[in-house]
Amino acid sequence: MRKFKEIIIEKLILICGLASIFFVALIFIFLLKEGIQVFKSVGLFKFLFGKSWYPISEPPQLGILPLILGSLLVTAGAAAISIPIGVGCAIYIAEIAPLKIKEILKAGIELLAAIPSVVLGFIGMVTLVPLVKTVFHLPTGLTALAGSIMLAFMAMPTIVSIAEDALYSVPKTYKEGALALGATQWQTIWRVMLPAASSGILAAVMLGIGRVIGETMAVMMITGNAAVLPKSILVPVRTLTATIAAEMGEAVVGAEHYFALFAIGIVLFVISFAINVTADLFLHKRE
Amino acid sequence: MTDKIITKNLDLWYGTFRALKNVNAGIAEHRITAVIGPSGCGKSTLLRVFNRMNDLIDGVRVTGEVLIDGADMLLPRTDLVTLRKKVGMVFQRPNPFPLSIYENIVFGERIHAGRITRDGLDEIVERSLKDVLLWDEIKDRLNEPALRLSLEQKQRLCIARLIAVRPDVLLMDEPCSTLDPQATARVEELMRELKNKYTIIIVTHNMQQAARVSDDTGFMLLGELIEFGRTEQVFTAPRDRRTEDYITGRYG
Repeated sequence: MRKFKEIIIEKLILICGLASIFFVALIFIFLLKEGIQVFKSVGLFKFLFGKSWYPISEPPQLGILPLILGSLLVTAGAAAISIPIGVGCAIYIAEIAPLKIKEILKAGIELLAAIPSVVLGFIGMVTLVPLVKTVFHLPTGLTALAGSIMLAFMAMPTIVSIAEDALYSVPKTYKEGALALGATQWQTIWRVMLPAASSGILAAVMLGIGRVIGETMAVMMITGNAAVLPKSILVPVRTLTATIAAEMGEAVVGAEHYFALFAIGIVLFVISFAINVTADLFLHKRE
Repeated sequence: MTDKIITKNLDLWYGTFRALKNVNAGIAEHRITAVIGPSGCGKSTLLRVFNRMNDLIDGVRVTGEVLIDGADMLLPRTDLVTLRKKVGMVFQRPNPFPLSIYENIVFGERIHAGRITRDGLDEIVERSLKDVLLWDEIKDRLNEPALRLSLEQKQRLCIARLIAVRPDVLLMDEPCSTLDPQATARVEELMRELKNKYTIIIVTHNMQQAARVSDDTGFMLLGELIEFGRTEQVFTAPRDRRTEDYITGRYG
C-alpha cells in the first residue's frame, strides 16, 4: 500500500514537471503560428528593419525598427544607470558594510524588488517625468530617459542580489592572500574579488537587463509611446512591449496588425531567451 | 645572531576567550623557526599576529609588544601595507588568484610599484619562479590560469608571488598540509634554500617536519608558549614535561 502511494505521488510530480514544459511549448507554438504570417506577407527583413509603424493606415506599414530601437535605447539607458550603481551596491554590501547596515540594505533591496511595476510607473509619472522636463527644458518629460531611470530601479534588485551572491561566494582565501601581500581593501576588491566573481556579476547584469527588456507597464506609462525613430534619449519612444500591450486590445483578430503584434512577441521572446541563455552560461561557468 | 622578531608579554583575546597567553619569544634572523602544538593551541593565531591578519576578525584584542626590527608593529599607527610587504604569508591551502600564472606573480608589483615596465615585470616573474625552482617547469605556460597547476606547483607559485614582493619574513601556516610526501620534501628543500635570504616561521602540526626543517622550535599548548629553543634541544632534551609528552605522542 505504501509503495502504491509512493508511485502515485511520483507520477503526480512527473506530470507537474511535464505540464510546465508542455505549456511553454504550446505558448511558443501559438506565438509562432500567429506571428509567422507577417514574416510571409511583409517579409522578415522589411518587418525588422522597416522604419515606419503605422499599423492601421491603409495599407498598414509594419516596420518595427522604431520599436526595436526604442526598446534598445531605454534598455541601454537603464543598463548604464543600474549596472554601475547595482554592482557598486553589491560590492558595498558584500565587502565593506558592517553587519547591521548590510542587513538593512539587503532588506531595502528586497523591498525595492517587491514594488509592483505599475506603482513605480505612476510614481515616475508624477515625479520623474516633470523633473526630466524642467531639467532638460523639454516640451514633454515623457522620454526614453525617464523610462531608463525608472527601469534602472527595477533592474537594480536583481543585479545587486545576484552580484552580491557572486562576490560572497568568492573563496575567503583569495581575499586573505591579497591582503597578506599588502594590498589595500580597494586593490583586493578591484584586482582579485571582481575578477573572481566576474562570471556571476555578468550573469547578474544579464538577468537585470532581461528584466528591463521585458518590462511593460512602467515604460508604457512614462516613455511617451511615440513610434518614431528616436534621435536621442530625450525624446518619447515606444518599446516592443508597450506596443503589444497598448494595441492588442484594438487590433482586429485575423488582421495583419494582429499578426504583427504576435511577431513582435516572437522578437521579444528571442531577445529574452538569448539573454537568459547567456546569463545561464555565465552562471554555469562559475560552477 | 640577531632577533628579527621579539614578542613581549603578548596576549590575544577573541572576545572573552584568551587565545594567546603571555607569549615571550625571540625569532632569529635567517633561520627557520617552527611552531608546533596540538590543534587549537594558538599557533596559527600567533603567526597571524606577525602580519596583523587577525585584524580581519571582529572582536580581537591584542596586548603586549611585537617588535619587528625594533619597532612595535602592534601600535595603531603601523602601516599595514608596509608591514605586510615586509612580512609575507603562505597559507595552508595554496591560494593562487584566479588569474594567469604571470599575473599572480606580478600582483605585488602592480599594487606596490609606482612605475611598471613590461621588462621589469618579466624579470620579476623569471627571478621569483627561479627562486622557487618552478621556472623550468612552467616557463612556457605563464599565461595559463594558475588554477590549472598541481597543488604543489600552486603552493610554490604562492611562495613565488610572495617573494616577488621582497619581504624579510615568510610566515608559513602549515604550507604542506595539503601536499603528498614527495611534494612536501621538495617544499621543505625549498625552505632551506630560502632561509639564506629570509627569516622563516612555519606553523605545523607535523612534528617530523618541524624536526627536519627548522633550526628553532617553539611548543605551544592552550595559548601558552611552553618551550622555545634550538630544535635539537626541544626534540631530544625538552625542559618541560608537557613538551616531552607532546613530542612522544601523548596529545593530539
